[in-house]
Amino acid sequence: MSGHKINPNKWIDLYSDYLFNYTITRVNDREIAQDLVQDTFFAGLKSMKNFKGEASERTWLISILKRKIIDHYRKINSIKGKAEVRMNLSFDGEDEGDWLEQRVADPFDKTAEDNLENTELGLAIHDCIGKLPAKQAEVFKMKTLLGYDTETICNELDITASNLWVIIHRARTSLAACMEEKWF
Amino acid sequence: MGKGFKMLISCDKATHTCDKTQYDEASLWEKIKLNIHLLICKACRKYSSNNGKLTKLIHKSDVECLNATEKERLKVNLNNELKNNQ
Repeated sequence: MSGHKINPNKWIDLYSDYLFNYTITRVNDREIAQDLVQDTFFAGLKSMKNFKGEASERTWLISILKRKIIDHYRKINSIKGKAEVRMNLSFDGEDEGDWLEQRVADPFDKTAEDNLENTELGLAIHDCIGKLPAKQAEVFKMKTLLGYDTETICNELDITASNLWVIIHRARTSLAACMEEKWF
Repeated sequence: MGKGFKMLISCDKATHTCDKTQYDEASLWEKIKLNIHLLICKACRKYSSNNGKLTKLIHKSDVECLNATEKERLKVNLNNELKNNQ
C-alpha cells in the first residue's frame, strides 16, 4: 500500500511538456529529448514504490530526468568524443593563424548566463501555462509554441475562429498576470 | 470623413487587434486604428504593453512543447509499459 498517490496515467498530460522543455534546452534535439522523457517515465514506473511523497511528483520526475540526461552525455562522449578531437587536429596545419580569432568571444552569441536565464524562463512559462484550464492551454500552445495557423487549429479542435481568439485572449490575460510578478 | 470611415474602435475590438498583432495577423489599417485607440484608452495601453512583453518573453525563451502526435506516441508507449509491469 502506498500512502502517496501517484498516477502514471496522468503523467503525459501533466508533465510531458515541462520535462520535454527541460530536456530540449539541454540536449538540443527533439528526438533525443523525447526519448529521454520517455525513459524517465519508464524509470518512474519502475521506482514508483520508492516515491516517498517528500517532493512533488514533478520534482521527483525531474530528478530522474537529470540522471538520464547525464547518462546520455556520458554515452555520446565515450563514442563520439575521440573522433571529434581528431577532426580538429587535421585542420590545424593550414589554418594556424585563424586559431586565435576563432577563440575570440562572439559578442552576438548568447552568453552562458543568458542561456541559463532563458532555460528558467521557459520553465516558468510552462508553469504558468500549466495553471490554465486545459482547453486554453491546448489552444495557446498550438497557436503560440507550435506556430500552427488559425485555420489548422480550428479544424483540428472543431472551433470557430472567433472562438479561438476569445480563448487566446483569456489565456494571454492569465499568462501575463502569472508572469508579471517575476519577469516583466 | 464619412461615417463609414471609422477611426474609433471599442476596447473589445482593440484588444482583439492587439492579440492578432502578437501573431502578426493584424492588417495595417487595423494597427492604425489600434494605435489611435491606445492614445485615448489607458486600460488598453496597459493590456497592450503586457501582451507585448509576454510575446517577447516567449520568443526569448525558445520555449517548446510536444505536438499532438508526439504526445500520443508517448502515451501509447507508457501504456504498454504499464501493462508489462503489472
